[in-house]
Amino acid sequence: MSGGARLSLGPVLHYWEPERLRDFYLRIADEAPVEIVHLGEVVCAKRLPFLGGVLAEAAERLRAAGKEVVFSSLALPGEPRDLAVLRDLVDAAEGLVEANDFGAVRLLRGRPHTLGPYLNIYNEGTLSVLREGGAVRFCPPPELPGSAVARLIAGVGIACELQIFGRIPLALSARCYHARSRGRRKDNCQYACGEDADGMAVDTLDGQAFVAVNGIQTLSAGYLELSAAVAAARAAGVGIFRLVPQAVDMVAVAGLYRDLLDDRIAPAELRARLAETAPGVAFLDGYWYGRAGMLRVAG
Amino acid sequence: MSARMPERLELVCPAGTPAALRVAVRAGADSVYVGFRDETNARNFPGLNFSREELAEAVAFAHRHGVRVFVAVNTFPRAGEQELWHRAVDDALALGADALILADLGLACYARRRHPEARLHLSVQASAANPEAIALFRELAGIRRVVLPRVLTVGEIRALTEAIDVETEVFVLGGLCVMAEGRCLLSSYVTGRSPNMNGVCSPAEDVRYAEEEGMLVTRLGPVTVNRFGPGEPAGYPTLCKGRFLACGRASYLFEEPVSLSALEVLPALARAGVRAVKIEGRQRGRAYIEKVIRTVRAAAEAVAAGRPVPAVDLHELTEGGRETVGAYDKRWR
Repeated sequence: MSGGARLSLGPVLHYWEPERLRDFYLRIADEAPVEIVHLGEVVCAKRLPFLGGVLAEAAERLRAAGKEVVFSSLALPGEPRDLAVLRDLVDAAEGLVEANDFGAVRLLRGRPHTLGPYLNIYNEGTLSVLREGGAVRFCPPPELPGSAVARLIAGVGIACELQIFGRIPLALSARCYHARSRGRRKDNCQYACGEDADGMAVDTLDGQAFVAVNGIQTLSAGYLELSAAVAAARAAGVGIFRLVPQAVDMVAVAGLYRDLLDDRIAPAELRARLAETAPGVAFLDGYWYGRAGMLRVAG
Repeated sequence: MSARMPERLELVCPAGTPAALRVAVRAGADSVYVGFRDETNARNFPGLNFSREELAEAVAFAHRHGVRVFVAVNTFPRAGEQELWHRAVDDALALGADALILADLGLACYARRRHPEARLHLSVQASAANPEAIALFRELAGIRRVVLPRVLTVGEIRALTEAIDVETEVFVLGGLCVMAEGRCLLSSYVTGRSPNMNGVCSPAEDVRYAEEEGMLVTRLGPVTVNRFGPGEPAGYPTLCKGRFLACGRASYLFEEPVSLSALEVLPALARAGVRAVKIEGRQRGRAYIEKVIRTVRAAAEAVAAGRPVPAVDLHELTEGGRETVGAYDKRWR
């Protein structure tokens, strides 16, 4: 049995064409063994005009399939249009909203909401203040080691959702690197980010995979893969495990982690089968063990 | 518009050591910011920062000259070990600090609770880039000033300053974070240590220089950050200013090795309602500190008097490096 552990799907971070995004969520609704799905544009408000209709339809279909829908907010609302997007989201959302910046936290105070991985939550003091404001669960920042995650859960008594699969969000900027890579500016980006469904590979001059660029966001080159830490995380009180969508068969990925949570497969087998689903991808776990995030420590 | 400029922009200047603080005070700083010699501040570099005794002496010296001292406690307290950061807050105020520069919401709330009269500033590391985020810190922790993240244009700073009821402070000279401050994990991704948790970025202990096939190669941990040909000036391997391969092409994808110089937009920043301008560089030497403070002070006085900003040779100030006005100009994005 899964002992109550739930799987969630994080928001799609990359700019997928509306048709692709629609097909993705319809398949998730019908086939993926996840209990919670995060919808919404987290990275760039310029993408939203094309996605709004798709996300509304996806929300309906996912709910009809019995899944909890959470709306994720922008991670770096700075420009005026970003704030308008944020206010609309908070006003219109049925159900929980995931705050990814402290502006969203303020707008959501006094009503139940969740705390996303883009908030700087490093200690009990901050998490307690946020819980008093209505937060019902938190997803820790990626660089937080497992020992600190355990301390936060024990010290504050709040539900925790932990990312265990997908690229690690590393940085945000006012500058769009996708546009810059094409010799353009953000205002005239021509949606270059839409050409890289899984992010733009950035290698060192030696040809070593370094990071992946997603518009204003920088992500890890490899995927976070924490199957070997799931048992310890559950013992520490993590109740929800998050899979961040990449351009691979996410229904298959969700199936593997579901089997892991239900003790049908071991981490080693999961990793072997994941390597077939995401060939050529490095699996990272260093942050969980208090090491450099680009390292692989377990297994 | 001149009604928006009641007085000269306040100069907030860095001091990495007691000697640098004395230089900054004499060179024309209105306020000096410092940190304790540990991981509670975002310039936790070897040989830098202040002991408790040094801070007490520095405060006395600065106050004799009518200069204020701000203490940065602007890393994020570690779970289970918040006491170290709480003590930094308590001690800085007991030793006479005029303001604390804080990044963590919980720590700011602690400071507010324990020291309701203390003047609290929100560090750039808090990444509060919109009126709602700033209002949250004001309502919960009573912050009176926000140091704005380097992600906003001058126009956006004007709109923001109008929309909030705390003072704004902006960076005008020195090192330039390309990523939103406090929202960047590149350093810990490569080295295990980060600005948010450890007060370091691309730490010197992890830097390696090597000669390979006539090229000078700079590395941080296992990552090659740049390769320089003969005669090419080699810079420190800060990750966001390295040369990388993308789309089959080697380039400074994130940013070139440049530093920030916003003196040309100083009049516009003053008109936008900005209260104070900040110089980055607690890791810098005394000669540099003295030169830049005199330069920025002269510029701020010119702006207040309605005169043009004096032309300065910034190449000399930035040690031959190149400058950018950064995100203050929309085209930077």
